Amino acid sequence: MADDVKAPTWKETLVDPLIANNPVMIQVLGICSTLAVTSSMKTAFVMSLSVTFVCAMSNLLVSSTRNFIPSSVRIIAQMTIIASLVILVDQILRAFAYDLSKQLSVYVGLIITNCIVMGRTEGFALKFPPLPSLLDGIGNGLGYGLVLCLIASVREIFGSGSWFGMTLFETVNNGGWYVPCGLLVMPPSGFFLVGLLIWLVKSYRKDLIEAPEYKTHKGGC
Amino acid sequence: MLELMKKFAPLFEKGGVLEKLYPLYEATFTLLYTSGVVTTGKTHVRDIIDLKRIMIIVWFAAFPAMFYGWYNVGSQTVTAFASLANGSELASASYSLFSSDWRYALVQLLGGTLTTDAGVCSKMMIGAAYFLPIYIVVFAVGAFWEVLFCLVRRHEVNEGFFVTSILFALVLPPTVPLWQAALGISFGVVIGKEVFGGTGRNFMNPALVGRAFLFFAYPASMSGTNCWVPIDGFSGATPLAQWQEGGQAALVDYAGNAITWMDAFIGNIPGSMGESSTLMIAIGALIILVTGVASFRVMLGVLIGAFLTSSMFNAIGSETNNLFSMTFQWHLVLGGFAFGMVFMATDPVSSAFTNKGKWAFGILIGVMVILIRVVNPAYPEGMMLAILFANCWAPLFDYIATQRNIKRRLARA
Repeated sequence: MADDVKAPTWKETLVDPLIANNPVMIQVLGICSTLAVTSSMKTAFVMSLSVTFVCAMSNLLVSSTRNFIPSSVRIIAQMTIIASLVILVDQILRAFAYDLSKQLSVYVGLIITNCIVMGRTEGFALKFPPLPSLLDGIGNGLGYGLVLCLIASVREIFGSGSWFGMTLFETVNNGGWYVPCGLLVMPPSGFFLVGLLIWLVKSYRKDLIEAPEYKTHKGGC
Repeated sequence: MLELMKKFAPLFEKGGVLEKLYPLYEATFTLLYTSGVVTTGKTHVRDIIDLKRIMIIVWFAAFPAMFYGWYNVGSQTVTAFASLANGSELASASYSLFSSDWRYALVQLLGGTLTTDAGVCSKMMIGAAYFLPIYIVVFAVGAFWEVLFCLVRRHEVNEGFFVTSILFALVLPPTVPLWQAALGISFGVVIGKEVFGGTGRNFMNPALVGRAFLFFAYPASMSGTNCWVPIDGFSGATPLAQWQEGGQAALVDYAGNAITWMDAFIGNIPGSMGESSTLMIAIGALIILVTGVASFRVMLGVLIGAFLTSSMFNAIGSETNNLFSMTFQWHLVLGGFAFGMVFMATDPVSSAFTNKGKWAFGILIGVMVILIRVVNPAYPEGMMLAILFANCWAPLFDYIATQRNIKRRLARA
């Protein structure tokens, strides 16, 4: 794994993962946490920060040690690095934001298995020097966070009438006028929203549409 | 008229000024006249029964259930008024068109009455005052999405949404707010149908997808005890929920009389607008079976599956769950069973295509609906979820059926 491939520019590593190569929308990774933590903006935001931190740091550490890791045990080595970082994040959350860490429950721990983190260390950090790797980690973390925050905004605003816990629409139960949409509080709505978001992005960025894997008959109906 | 339309045709054809609106022109034209398109190329028999006629037949077949639904909504409302302590006072008060009770006012304006001496006509009027606004909203919103997607994709507009909109309106409770109905049909048409490519490509019934959306998004206006009769603050459970509470003995109407099987069969029970009368649904079923639009295999499959499963639960019995004791003939007449079986399960697009697949599809629905009704404590009704579940399996049934056929024929060769 020498640095024989030309390293991408900083712009490619940092900006591409936001839309053009977004880990959630284009690569469709990390979907389970996208569904689980997006019912409120607070949890989604903290989750985005945590994943960005873990992704950036693990990329940096894996990349700096990449020439010492034997290929046969590289997965275990990466796992160890990622797991240590996640435990660090988990402990920090418990110490300084106990309620939020309760709400996020197992999902902080599950960052270890988040395919985005593992995918970036395996796919990028092992091949490129530390600095681009760090940028790539930040970019991917932000790309994930962007989608998370968008979905969480929709879900919290229309599902509970609030944003970051601030009331925007007074709900009927509290004497207001807004009838909250119960579906948006449930995880399946995350799926619908990710789907709609992909639809929206791909109808503006036609270049992101993949070629079909098989042929259907021509000409629509 | 034909001449007039033909004169306008060049405007909409390729190169015309209004080229973008061609799907709209085409829709109007074929609604009035048989399509002039002749098949070209390889042999292709074109039947006079095309998609358009199929849809119109189903639409008509839903009418008996709809008219009875009107009567029943009115009848339940009148009974419910009479059962309230201050009911006669409320019923004989005169309402203003500009209040939230504008539907009452409309009925009174048209000469109807809400008191106990209301006749069939008044009751129909009350029902219509609730059904028609919902239907108009559902139809307009559904048509908007349909036409929008057809214009963007340059498809022919077709009458799928005629059926979708009436079926969707019929499975709503009379009190559902209009904006929720609009949201439900939007979700059903866009997510249930258009994202998969439009009519003929959806794998789930769009009307049921819309209803499922409302059911989970706004449970208070789709289920429970407050949504079945359009009177503020009145609460009364559906017979299915009553049975869950206390077995057959607990089935009473709003006046406190016991509900017999015959009542339920004819449809004098509270419920969604179109699903109460099994008799009227049976008439609709006859129409779509005789014209060959719906498949008897699916319907029979549902009946067989439901019969076997409910008999099994009857035999097992339960001390704590009253629904175990509900027999097959009661399952048939309560809730959305009959309506779902006749109009939703037989949807030619989302059900299985092969004959064997249709049997399996029907039986799966029958088994699932009884399972959901009896064993699941959260919702007393299971028809909607059972059909959506079976919709997902239909392609697999078709695959198995065709693969078996291929194998059999290969073995013969």
